[in-house]
Amino acid sequence: MTLKVMSGNYAQSYAACLARVQVISAYPITPQTSIVEKLADLVASGELPAQFVKVESEHSAMQVCVSASALGARTYTATSSQGLLLMHELLHWAAGMRAPVVMGVVNRSVAPPWSLGADHADTMSQRDTGWIQFYAESNQEVLDTVLQAYRLAEDPAIRLPAMVSEDAFYLSHTLEPVEVPDQSLVDSFLPARDARAVLVPGVAARLGSFTGPQQYVEFRREVAKAMERVPEALRQIEKDYQSLTGRFHGGPVEYYRAGDAEAVLVTMGTMTTTARTVVDEMRAEGHRVGLAKLRLFRPFPATEIRELARRTDRIGVVDRSFTFGAAGAAATEVAAALYSGPHHPVLSNFIVGIGGREVTPNHIHAMFDRLLAGKGPEVQWMDLPLPPEEVAHG
Amino acid sequence: MAKLTIPAPELMRAGHSACPGCAPALAMRLMLKGLGPRTVVSVPACCWTVIDTPYPTTALGVAMLDNPIESTGASISGLRAAADALGIQDLNILGFAGDGGTADIGLQALSGMLERRTDAIYAMYDNEAYMNTGVQRSGSTPLGAWTTTTPVEDGARGKAEPKKDIMGIVLAHRPVYAATVNPSFPEDFVRKVEKARVLRGPRFFHIFAPCPPGWRYASDRTIEIGKRATDCGIFPLYEVEEGRYHVTRKGGALRPVSEYFQAQGRFSHLGPEDVARVQAQVTADWERLLRLENGT
Ligand SMILES: Cc1ncc(C[n+]2csc(CCOP(=O)(O)OP(=O)(O)O)c2C)c(N)n1
Ligand code: SF4
Repeated sequence: MTLKVMSGNYAQSYAACLARVQVISAYPITPQTSIVEKLADLVASGELPAQFVKVESEHSAMQVCVSASALGARTYTATSSQGLLLMHELLHWAAGMRAPVVMGVVNRSVAPPWSLGADHADTMSQRDTGWIQFYAESNQEVLDTVLQAYRLAEDPAIRLPAMVSEDAFYLSHTLEPVEVPDQSLVDSFLPARDARAVLVPGVAARLGSFTGPQQYVEFRREVAKAMERVPEALRQIEKDYQSLTGRFHGGPVEYYRAGDAEAVLVTMGTMTTTARTVVDEMRAEGHRVGLAKLRLFRPFPATEIRELARRTDRIGVVDRSFTFGAAGAAATEVAAALYSGPHHPVLSNFIVGIGGREVTPNHIHAMFDRLLAGKGPEVQWMDLPLPPEEVAHG
Repeated sequence: MAKLTIPAPELMRAGHSACPGCAPALAMRLMLKGLGPRTVVSVPACCWTVIDTPYPTTALGVAMLDNPIESTGASISGLRAAADALGIQDLNILGFAGDGGTADIGLQALSGMLERRTDAIYAMYDNEAYMNTGVQRSGSTPLGAWTTTTPVEDGARGKAEPKKDIMGIVLAHRPVYAATVNPSFPEDFVRKVEKARVLRGPRFFHIFAPCPPGWRYASDRTIEIGKRATDCGIFPLYEVEEGRYHVTRKGGALRPVSEYFQAQGRFSHLGPEDVARVQAQVTADWERLLRLENGT
């Protein structure tokens, strides 16, 4: 184990290197670029004996990964924003082909207008593609999660692609100390990919194919079932990882002082760090507040949310993107999870931090205040000029 | 007795679902005869998606991977990268795509694959339209041809634009090898595939591929139409190796293009002036090809 100071992007690159990826393919986009530049260095220097396929688009990058995965290679790519949107068709292919591709995504807003700032509109637009989705809070979590994502994606009972997301600039370009596990330790955690059930040269078989309705449904159902197995598998994988590294990121949902809280904010990514300090301050003032960080968004940790609702009367969901015509994506998911559960706390949705606008302690404080004050409008945009625009959502 | 030059082993089975007289089906059969069983083929959305038959069956004796319509070039780059990374040797990697999936929506990925010197073969079977979706025009549909999106009715006389020159586009990337082939000339076809097989780097085939329902002719005339296309100079057979042209079939004087047009319903509306215009172009193209071969 060595302690290194690195950006979230380098945490992605070093994790891919430690995972001994065999095929890398990527196309540059700000703020993802330094991930693949670092990997290009590692490949060029011989430190990482991988094939790096430099392609003419993200669409091709994902196709390279899917096809290489079909022959049994461990693959990695990284993108952001427009690049992820361009990949959309191939994301469905990766999941449908059961290709355990792992991808780093630097969450960036989408155009127009052009904007480089962090928000989750890019990955939220891909939530229905059959990819496992992680959102990281720190550079350490980025590195650890990429390694865990490979174990999860390649689990024979799962075999689904996984994306590990990090907020643009807040993680991608911010240096933090990161404990880098030794290669031997990673090798014992993540063995070489089990290449069974892939295309074998010389053997007549077809991967992809086409079907009528008689079989298509079964293929889809298999993907759905694989997704359902993710939370349990992740818990086991994290246990293994913890026994090797001592680090634990909470499984699908990480709670912070939520056990006895009367109001809990559901957060994702880097805003959680800010929210932790606010929770501590408010706790010191006697308010029983806490956090539930969605580490996993796909599959959505509905069980954990229902469990949370058993213990708390007020839940505010903080979304860093907005689904036009509806609400924040996480809020919609939380509401759906709660509807079929026995407990129905007061639910609010706070929209904040879009396009890289900073999520400040004041924002978080205001959310808790409103939550504790009673039932407000369901969807509240928090960082518009005062008074905050409030959108009734029925 | 003449020596048979086409390998006997079949890597495509009879139980496929192509229309009778389908040249794209013949083209795959010949391609695999030339490449042999150590081949992985990547196929985009096109007639071949269906020809190969639905899950869980396959008509091919080799491994086949499906890919979306526009990314065949990237798919074969990925397959080669994986083969290299995993130490899989002696593997032919083949992309087998229609003209729409190659010259139109797949052009970017093809260009990328050629430019990054992927060690693979890309074969475009040219049935000159989007057949799988019901005979819509493609960039590879020839001037004057009827398709469902280039109708022949008051004032409209089929496709108003000439065919895209895919060989010109590919050759601008300086591939290791590029050739035109035609299932009506199977010895020439297989000889070129066998030659390409042992070369390393990007290789390309432009395959002439008549389609009875799309071109509107009786299904027993595919071979004859293919022969006419080459003999009248509409689809000359040649190969380009490291920039050197070699015309592989010169049957004396070119036959008139009218012989090729007459046989197909998709051209039946063309009048003598239309045919004369095409004839002039075909003659000029043929002479240009001979000059390229002579290096003049
Ligand atoms: C992105 C996308 N757009 C459209 C289609 C629909 N589509 C399927 S096959 C096809 C035509 C393919 O034409 P071509 O490549 O010439 O092959 P052919 O059908 O003639 O064999 C089209 C447009 C698709 N599958 N994907
Ligand atoms: S429509 Fe044409 S290309 Fe498609 S299967 Fe039939 S004959 Fe072959």
